[in-house]
Amino acid sequence: MKKVSLLLALLLVLVVMAGCAAPAAAPAADSDSASTSEEAAPADDAAAESDAAAEDDGIYIPVISKGFQHQFWQAVESGAEQAAADYGVEITFEGPETEAMVDRQIEMLQAALAKNPDAICFAALDTQAAIPLLEEAQSRGIPIVGFDSGVDSDIPVATAATDNVAAAALAADKMAELIGDEGQVAVIVHDQTSRTGIDRRDGFLNQMEAAHPNIEIVNVDYGGGDQLKSTDLAKAVIQANPDLKGYFGANEGSIIGVLNAITELGKEGEIVAVGYDAGAQQLDAIRSGVESGAITQNPVGIGYKCVEAAVKAINGEEVEKVIDTGFFWYDADNIDDPEIAALLYE
Amino acid sequence: MASAATTAAPRQSILRSDAAQKLLAFGALILIFAFFSFASPVFFTWENIKGILLATAVNGILALGVTFIIITAGIDLSVGTVMTLCAVMTGVAITNLGLPIPVGILVSLLTGIAAGSVNGFFISRMGIPPFIATLGMMMMARGLALVISGVKPIYFNDAPGFRNLTMGTLVADIPNAVIILFVAAIIAAFILGKTVLGRYAVAMGSNEEATRLSGVNVANWKTAVYALGGFFSGLAGVVIASRLNSAQPALGMGYELDAIAAVVIGGTSLSGGQGTILGTVIGAFIISTLTNGLRILSVPQEWQMVVTGAIVILAVYLDIVRRRRQ
Repeated sequence: MKKVSLLLALLLVLVVMAGCAAPAAAPAADSDSASTSEEAAPADDAAAESDAAAEDDGIYIPVISKGFQHQFWQAVESGAEQAAADYGVEITFEGPETEAMVDRQIEMLQAALAKNPDAICFAALDTQAAIPLLEEAQSRGIPIVGFDSGVDSDIPVATAATDNVAAAALAADKMAELIGDEGQVAVIVHDQTSRTGIDRRDGFLNQMEAAHPNIEIVNVDYGGGDQLKSTDLAKAVIQANPDLKGYFGANEGSIIGVLNAITELGKEGEIVAVGYDAGAQQLDAIRSGVESGAITQNPVGIGYKCVEAAVKAINGEEVEKVIDTGFFWYDADNIDDPEIAALLYE
Repeated sequence: MASAATTAAPRQSILRSDAAQKLLAFGALILIFAFFSFASPVFFTWENIKGILLATAVNGILALGVTFIIITAGIDLSVGTVMTLCAVMTGVAITNLGLPIPVGILVSLLTGIAAGSVNGFFISRMGIPPFIATLGMMMMARGLALVISGVKPIYFNDAPGFRNLTMGTLVADIPNAVIILFVAAIIAAFILGKTVLGRYAVAMGSNEEATRLSGVNVANWKTAVYALGGFFSGLAGVVIASRLNSAQPALGMGYELDAIAAVVIGGTSLSGGQGTILGTVIGAFIISTLTNGLRILSVPQEWQMVVTGAIVILAVYLDIVRRRRQ
């Protein structure tokens, strides 16, 4: 039995090694957008060779995000790396495993400060928790640039972010247009505490209330961005509201749940689905017509703009306080337009 | 004291308490069903009940494995992320390597068994407490799932039959995922009630030292129990991947707690030696019925968590009261 256990452990190790080899073929997602940075790349490689060297010679900017394992954050990272290559600076990109790990993120910020960086890019999970460290950075003359949900204080010299309230309001307008400006609509959001969750929910609900009084919001649910849980929630809501005309999913996991629910109940074409962000499954659904359209942010732009603003702040140049990185409505008609396609990740 | 009582009159007392617990949990499920049926006309429709059955599949299958482990007085925190790892391995096999669907399923089950065996090895050979060993496995499986998938979902669009594995219907209008849950439950009940593995699991949970002294190779059998738990995680991995038509590498955290809640509501004692598969299945149904019903009534979700939590506490308390009386 001991031998068997050992064999199985060995098998697991093999499995891991096989897996490590597999994704090597995969990453080619943003090859078109990365081409501009090729000339600057060798210099960056040299700078990346040692962390210590950066303190003396080059500019070092740690980027602390809210996560790393969602494709959205990976797109932000690729934008940040592109800017780093373009401006010849060194960056590191890290974030906690889940958006609930406020303390883990604070530790990352603390560790970043200890390395005496030239600037810090920071997307706060909880601004209040980060204030003491941000004040320390300010007193040491290290500029802070906020991104994504930003930092809710005066300390950052700039914030590169999507205006989620306005973006969700656009989703509400499109939804209203698609269902004829009346009827029942349900909403599923990833969570009720994060800045993006709150902004998208309120942006959508407030716009409906203000501009589309004949639309009734029947349910607002929270599925944690978990595809399976969102599916089962959306199914229950659709069951409970046979006259439901539209469903808004406020992030990728949420809208995938809505799409699964619609498909499983055979209600394709009966319920208008409006989503957020991208991902292969959502893109397919928009192409096939199960989903009417979605809001896309510009994650690569968010990453690029925050590093760019940090470099400018280090050089003493003027930076805009709020950098709106933009958002766009896309549907089956414009999904393949080059300027939209560049923003969509698979 | 408790262990002395169980060894003195094992068969009878276990039977009696099992029946009581089953009745209790089953009664609660009926009550919840009746309540929601009166509260909303759409609740008691076949389409909605199908939704509840389907929503139970993944958690129910995970809970089957956890039942065996909790019966040995152990715990498994890794079932959720091991499930995700298994789903990802299926994706690698079917989509990345282009292997046939049955091979993909086999890969998932073997990955689950391997992870479970490693858990068992840590616990029974290295003496690491189950809570810590499976906590470690939870993190490792999560990390491996992310690394192997390249932090991207793996889709099964090239294998159109894969989704039908759970969403197709072989029997009447019941989704296959539900059939898989019931067949898995029957197999689990058979293993628990009729095989040496099941009997030793109960024996180890009641009194591990006595079991060891009576000549049972506790380390081996315990490893086997954790491997069985891993098998069910692998099965759940196939079901979730098939239903979502994709292996989602960031999923799985928190699933272990839902599974443990189902087992506990079903009357399996966390101190080991006692538990039934039927109770676990009913426990899983209670959780998904509550989720579904409270959604239909549009009760804010925050309250749903409060209610589920209260039911877990109540179930355990009733269990304690009942055992004190005996």
